[in-house]
Amino acid sequence: MIALALPTWRDEAWRYSDFDALARVWPVAAPTRVTVASGETTHRHLVQDAADGATAIHDYVIDIADGAACHFHVLNIGGALGRVTLDVTLGEGAHFELGGAIIGGGHQTLEIVTTLNHALPNATSQQTIRSILAGHSTGSYLGKIAVARGAQKTDAAQSVKAMLLDRTATANAKPELEIYADDVKCAHGATVGELDKAALFYMASRGMDPVTARTLLLQSFIAGVFDSVADEDVRAMLETAALAKLEALS
Amino acid sequence: MLQINNLTNAIDGKAILKGLSLTLNAGEIHAIMGPNGAGKSTLAYTLGGRPGYEVTGGSATFDGANLFAMDPHERAAAGLFLGFQYPVEIPGVSNLQFLRESLNSQRRARGEKDLTGGEFIKLAKEKAALLGLDMEMLKRPVNVGFSGGEKKRNEMVQMGILDPKVAILDETDSGLDIDALKIVGAGINAIMRKPDKAVLLITHYQRLLDYVQPDFVHVLAGGRIVKSGGPELALELEREGYADVVGTELAA
Repeated sequence: MIALALPTWRDEAWRYSDFDALARVWPVAAPTRVTVASGETTHRHLVQDAADGATAIHDYVIDIADGAACHFHVLNIGGALGRVTLDVTLGEGAHFELGGAIIGGGHQTLEIVTTLNHALPNATSQQTIRSILAGHSTGSYLGKIAVARGAQKTDAAQSVKAMLLDRTATANAKPELEIYADDVKCAHGATVGELDKAALFYMASRGMDPVTARTLLLQSFIAGVFDSVADEDVRAMLETAALAKLEALS
Repeated sequence: MLQINNLTNAIDGKAILKGLSLTLNAGEIHAIMGPNGAGKSTLAYTLGGRPGYEVTGGSATFDGANLFAMDPHERAAAGLFLGFQYPVEIPGVSNLQFLRESLNSQRRARGEKDLTGGEFIKLAKEKAALLGLDMEMLKRPVNVGFSGGEKKRNEMVQMGILDPKVAILDETDSGLDIDALKIVGAGINAIMRKPDKAVLLITHYQRLLDYVQPDFVHVLAGGRIVKSGGPELALELEREGYADVVGTELAA
């Protein structure tokens, strides 16, 4: 067996990572494989809520066969380094949907790294990522979309928004498109912002205490991410865990 | 109820209010009129405690307490309501959630119990009906996709639900057509024309005052109240213009 070398920041997919935290668990376990058979739809979710100071690496390799669909939801909130990677290959007419939320504080480094291989025609993908970062935390989304030659009518969209609660927090958003077909749609949008001061004053003027106002705005910021979770219990669990983390930040 | 004494303030170091004094007693409705740039909205925001509106001198006493020692949410809990000229849109937060959290925050600050979901919905329905606002609108995100008139009506629904002691209404009439103006005027009367409440109406035009009869009218120009009178002063202003009534140098 070949011992894998520890990645460095020169590796594009690791550029913003925490290598001290990574070294403690390197080499990591083999990725989890998910295979969605032709015509089927699968729903997966992951709550990464490792203990303070821990390192959690979750790697997935996902194969979505022709006409199949995979809905993946990630809440990435725990540990010193929490990293979730998804390497997805889509068959003809397949669909992949990712709803990801990152909520970090302290000195956490939280990452979602995706590679979508649109290998065949008519496949669609939609990725929605919302990050809320406080303290000295770093939240990164690196999203690569590779459209193979001949994968016409690919429709791949990324929407990435980050909210910084402190000037010392960092958000990284990096779309990477590699397109070898000529009839495709690849939309990506990324914004980094702060809490809306006008909204905070409006809420205060109605008597809302500042902590409630802030939590309500942050909840609404990430609200859409878990809308497409099919199972209501799972959705409630994800939203409750996200809210608990938000409250722990304030 | 609200006593403003020789108030001066500054925004980004620039003086706007230059010694404004005004007293609102219980049961009174006051109107403040004035030309553009006189400091009308600044007065409203300063009393509401908007960040950046720095008080540089003078005082404001609300029910015996120092208003400027309170945070904006504490002023609201004490019974102050600020009606916005441009109500803020908050995507992702429903009107009902916004109002319920606001009201319950106020109640907790006053040592009262939270309203239950049922009690709150009953109250919201009653006030929405009073202002002719469809209950469905209250389920939508705060002011998102509302027309100018709907936003102003929504402000009045909020005022009805929060039931303040003193309301400062900043150009609540702007952006309203005649029908909406009537409804909003009737709403202000129904909610606020009571012996234990007071209203400060800030407006450019006399027309709102046809529906909400003020007891006193003041002209604000150059950061001060330059003239006060009864309802007839508003008519005089409407007829003659600010320049003729208060002098060209003040109206500019």
